[in-house]
Amino acid sequence: MADIPTENELKFHYMVHTSLDVVDEKISAMGKALVDQRELYLGLLYPTEDYKVYPSHQSPCVESTFPNQLCRYGYVTNSKVKFVMVVDSSNTALRDNEIRSMFRKLHNSYTDVMCNPFYNPGDRIHSRAFDSMVTSMMIQVC
Amino acid sequence: MAAPAEPLPPVIYTMENKPIVTCAGDQNLFTSIYPTLSQQLPREPMEWRRSYGRAPKMIHLESNFVQFKEELLPKEGNKALLTFPFLHIYWTECCDTEVYKATVKDDLTKWQNVLKAHSSVDWLIVVVENDAKKKNKTNILPRTSIVDKIRNDFCNKQSDRCVVLSDPLKDSSRTQESWNAFLTKLRTSLLMSFTKNLGKFEDDMRTLREKRTEPGWSFCDYFMVQEELAFVFEMLQQFEDALVQYDELDALFSQYVVNFGAGDGANWLTFFCQPVKSWNGLILRKPIDMEKRELIQRQEATLLDLRSYLFSRQCTLLLFLQRPWEVAQRALELLHNCVQELKLLEVSVPPGALDCWVFLSCLEVLQRIEGCCDRAQIDSNIAHTVGLWSYATEKLKSLGYLCGLVSEKGPNSEDLNRIVDLLAGLGAERPETANTAQSPYKKLKEALSSVEAFEKHYLVSITNGSQGRTRMAQCHGMGLQRVAGRRKKSPQKAEIYLQGALKNYLAEGWALPITHTRKQLAECQKHLGQTENYLQTSSLLASDHHLTEEERKHFCQEILSFASRQTDSPGHKIVLPLHCFAQLRDLHFTPSNAVVHVGGVLSVEITMCSQMPIPVYVEQIAINVHFSIEKNNYRKTAEWLTKHKTSNGIINFPVETSPFPASQNNLPALELYEMFERSPSDNSLNTTGIICKNVHMLLRRQESSASLETPSGVALEDGAHVLKCSGVTLEPGANRITFRTQAKEPGTYTLRQLRASVGPVWFVLPHLSPRVQYDVYSQEPQLHVEPLADSLLAGIPQKVKFTVTTGHYTVKNGDSLQLSNAEAMLILCHAENRAVIYSNTREKASDVSLRVQSSDKVTSISLPAAPAYHMIEFELEVLSLPSAPVTGGDSSTLGVTEPHRKHKDTQKAGYCMATTDHKVSIDCPWSIYSTVIALTFSVPFRTTHSLLSAGTRKYIQVCVQNLSELDFQLSDGNLVDTGSSGDLQLVPLNTKTPQHIYSKQSVFFVWELKWTREPPPSLRCQFSVGFSPASEGRLSIPLKPYTYEFQVENFFTLYSVRAEILPPSGTEHCRTGSLCSLEVSITRLSDLLEVDKDEALTESDDYFSTKLMYEVVDNSSNWAVCGKSSGVISMPVAAQATHRVHMEVMPLFAGYLPLPDVRLFKYLPHHSAHSSQLDADSWIENDSLSVDKHVDEQLDSGSIKSRGSVHSASSSEHKGLPMPRLQALPPGQVFNSSTGMQILVIPSKDDHVLEVSVT
Repeated sequence: MADIPTENELKFHYMVHTSLDVVDEKISAMGKALVDQRELYLGLLYPTEDYKVYPSHQSPCVESTFPNQLCRYGYVTNSKVKFVMVVDSSNTALRDNEIRSMFRKLHNSYTDVMCNPFYNPGDRIHSRAFDSMVTSMMIQVC
Repeated sequence: MAAPAEPLPPVIYTMENKPIVTCAGDQNLFTSIYPTLSQQLPREPMEWRRSYGRAPKMIHLESNFVQFKEELLPKEGNKALLTFPFLHIYWTECCDTEVYKATVKDDLTKWQNVLKAHSSVDWLIVVVENDAKKKNKTNILPRTSIVDKIRNDFCNKQSDRCVVLSDPLKDSSRTQESWNAFLTKLRTSLLMSFTKNLGKFEDDMRTLREKRTEPGWSFCDYFMVQEELAFVFEMLQQFEDALVQYDELDALFSQYVVNFGAGDGANWLTFFCQPVKSWNGLILRKPIDMEKRELIQRQEATLLDLRSYLFSRQCTLLLFLQRPWEVAQRALELLHNCVQELKLLEVSVPPGALDCWVFLSCLEVLQRIEGCCDRAQIDSNIAHTVGLWSYATEKLKSLGYLCGLVSEKGPNSEDLNRIVDLLAGLGAERPETANTAQSPYKKLKEALSSVEAFEKHYLVSITNGSQGRTRMAQCHGMGLQRVAGRRKKSPQKAEIYLQGALKNYLAEGWALPITHTRKQLAECQKHLGQTENYLQTSSLLASDHHLTEEERKHFCQEILSFASRQTDSPGHKIVLPLHCFAQLRDLHFTPSNAVVHVGGVLSVEITMCSQMPIPVYVEQIAINVHFSIEKNNYRKTAEWLTKHKTSNGIINFPVETSPFPASQNNLPALELYEMFERSPSDNSLNTTGIICKNVHMLLRRQESSASLETPSGVALEDGAHVLKCSGVTLEPGANRITFRTQAKEPGTYTLRQLRASVGPVWFVLPHLSPRVQYDVYSQEPQLHVEPLADSLLAGIPQKVKFTVTTGHYTVKNGDSLQLSNAEAMLILCHAENRAVIYSNTREKASDVSLRVQSSDKVTSISLPAAPAYHMIEFELEVLSLPSAPVTGGDSSTLGVTEPHRKHKDTQKAGYCMATTDHKVSIDCPWSIYSTVIALTFSVPFRTTHSLLSAGTRKYIQVCVQNLSELDFQLSDGNLVDTGSSGDLQLVPLNTKTPQHIYSKQSVFFVWELKWTREPPPSLRCQFSVGFSPASEGRLSIPLKPYTYEFQVENFFTLYSVRAEILPPSGTEHCRTGSLCSLEVSITRLSDLLEVDKDEALTESDDYFSTKLMYEVVDNSSNWAVCGKSSGVISMPVAAQATHRVHMEVMPLFAGYLPLPDVRLFKYLPHHSAHSSQLDADSWIENDSLSVDKHVDEQLDSGSIKSRGSVHSASSSEHKGLPMPRLQALPPGQVFNSSTGMQILVIPSKDDHVLEVSVT
């Protein structure tokens, strides 16, 4: 979750967190049908209109820097590692295929991180290669 | 179908639309046929082949039959499709030619003309034949029937345009056949018409769509056109196709909006940008919302209107297609899309209006879906609707915020105004829902009416919106509770809810939500007055790095202010876990091995990382210590200490990674093992796999009730042993705190709990892990004496190390060690002895001088004062006197030489040093008992002697062998006759200068023995040599010389033996294989002496003789002795008495050959009475080996036998027969003057074999 203004970070955390529900839903829905889970991409989880933030203890309204709607995309690896990507849905340049390839790139990079013998699964990822990959992906999108 | 007789007014836009077929001609006829027709037409499906490669479809055709009127025919340019008559049928049952010519033909012509005028080509003429009628007419031309005529007249090319229907109302096979033919024809014609007309229409429509870039183009117009097509498809029950039309429209519109956003605005689109004035949601209950459709038609629709209408149509079609879940999914997309489009088009929307619209729409969609599905279906497809619910919830929430329905005081007047405005925008409730109690309209109105109602509705939508989505439920729930909590309504419930959410976040490791939830939780707990929980949450928050510095300080201050405030109940403690306050990083013991003696000082230094943002004054930090008496006493000893040095005494504690507390870290690691299962018969591998051995641990049900943050487990331990440190200010970050303790009781102390108290607030770390413990030991004083080198050497000063381990005893000034001296061991007292005092951990404490006082019996070493648990080390030089009269002499003659003779095998390896033990008893000041210490000294030399003869001259050779690793300097070698006979003279043949003897080397000394009178039979000698280590120049004390005593017996030469080999007479040299003569002459050199007086001596008339046996032996097989090789002679005991023996020998080899040995033995008669004189040869042959052996040995060893009789005795004993004994003459008594002589033997002439032996 890079490039996010700090005041929105919490919201994004929540957003990603809740979208895991949908990921679970999708997995359980397709789990029985597709025993051979070659397809890791879950597609668009669900679009959300980025609710304008009306923090109750401050005067309305802090305009979110993400102007419009956000689309979340999900991706689950065979070992049930979940990736969630939140994309500004006004960005029409991003089609399904681009998202899919981004996920694939992310997955590859993540696999590399996991292959690092000095990495303990579950720790925070501190990998320059991974970070630069994510950053480059975000630059490419924005 | 209602009565079709009258042409129905074209009712469009209902679901009952059917394609229109006009009927002309005989109306009565048609009326009679109609029921059958309308029944039969849809019965069978017909394949519809379609243009543009679309897949053919089977459709059931139905038609709306209306009477033909000219007005029905579409004018040029009319695009209405629904009213379009697809087929025109002319009915007639004329069978009379006359009638035909008179009326029917005209009528037909007129009909055809009208059709042609409207360029309608889809027509059919049906001729109904009736047998009954036919029979009446007689003038029927059999050849040319009416049908033929009609075909002739009208269907000039398409004869199939005229169909005959025979006896339609009868029930016969012919009737059936003609019906079938007719229906097929009808269906085909209809489909052809569809294909043609729709194709044309679609072409037109496409043309229109292509014109969309032209300025005057209107989306609404186009919309109406394409919708017409959709209607037709719908009419034909082709809902899929109909839906496609709408989807195309949808996509087209969306594209325009997107393009508009990109700056490519179309004129017509600006119309949709008018401000939103009405937000009454989707209307899905009517199949076609005419109201909105008209708006679109009139080009007055707003964006929301258009979208609503479009979606209502899509929804209708989808429901026809039995796809309600797609409705839900599309609805969600639509709603999001609309919101976005409004923003994109910059349509002005009053605040909240969209929220209302979305909320209403969501509910409308949901209700519409519920209306067409049963409960079970809905439940199983909850996933599809949940999104809508949650969206509705979201919107309701934002409405609540907007209208002040969640604020603490409820809505104010401004909020109320806003509510009124919003409600006004909803307009009046629509008639179709007016009677429904739960209509979205009513719900929204109610929700906005009051705070309570809002909450109720909000809760409902939350419950619905998060079915199956726990996380979302939490997220929403927290929102709700925040709402409720803010107004101080039910903080209790909120607390529970927040705890639940927190647990979930913790389990999944969501750092930011954790922080956020905790913040809310803290607020709740503060309201509820849950002091303990509040303080705990505060401490967690104060240490949370996701919060700002100010927030953290605030929470920290909360704790501190509480701590300083609470004074009313002094005993009350609030126990909180330590880890959120500070973290224990490492622990360092001094001494580093964490073992300390009783009374010693142990310091424990811990590093605590304070998590607080500000410095915190902690009144006391204490570590609870558990004491146990250690059973393993070894751990406490000083040896253990020196052997087990811990790395550096630092124990590191693992840093807790707070974001992942439960799920990952608490689980034990997988224990995986390989498994191979082999078949019992042939041992081939059956199965292989991996077994997890701790499955029961891993798959154990997670304790769901155990809260992650309850302080319940923290129990304060009260023990007698506590390490304390008071008044510490913990700065943020790492702090070092040192505890000091004086060890009291011996045992093991385990550190258990760490606690820090700030007022009544105690932060407790219940367990230190890894285990940390220190040991306290007590030790008895001990004395160790050990040589500094590997072994002590006798005779030279050697260093011995004394180590006094004081243990619990404190060495005072004046304490001394009393050494009782051993006689042969001196303790050398130097002027200056240094002692070093070490602490128990081998650190040098001091270096003092040592006073050693020696008296006759006792050496007293006064110890320097040393505290308990220290070590005093000093070295003393001791000297073992090497040649004490008994020990030294004995060991060299008897102790060393004698045993070696008995054990031949040990002799070779036996050059080990002889040792002497000296026992020293030491009185220690701390004990009433003496300590006895044995020191073992090794004699560095081994000495042997031998007697050498040259005729009657005698020499004594002494060999000194250095066995030690050291080099020595030998000086003043001296040999003294101790036998007191003064007439013996020992003349040294040695150098006077000191000699160097290297390690493992030997030095020889030789003396000539001279005498003036008759020498005594035995000679006692003492050899002495001074020695000193070669490496040390000067020694402080004079060393005693090394002495060696020995005895030489029978050293005087009695006999001289001389052997000579003479070549055969006449030849100059001996030849191999030819006999030579061996002359042996034995000469007595002296008169009767003391040594001769033994059994062999016989006396007759003052004439003494003794019996000798000679033997010629050639051990090297150079010679073959021919004839007797031995014999007994009687030797007169008189000087120069000579006995000659002649023998024949034959050389076996050529070359210079040594002469064969000649040996002499004393021949002692047997004592036994019947001593039968055996032939000497016979027993000598038997025993020769054993005798030889002994003789050889004697010669080899080169030492003089002092008690030679042993051997002969033993040799005769085992024979068991009474035999004369042989006694070898001591080598000193026999001088073989031909020893070493050689004689040349030349090879015999006929010997051609040259033997070469290479060794």
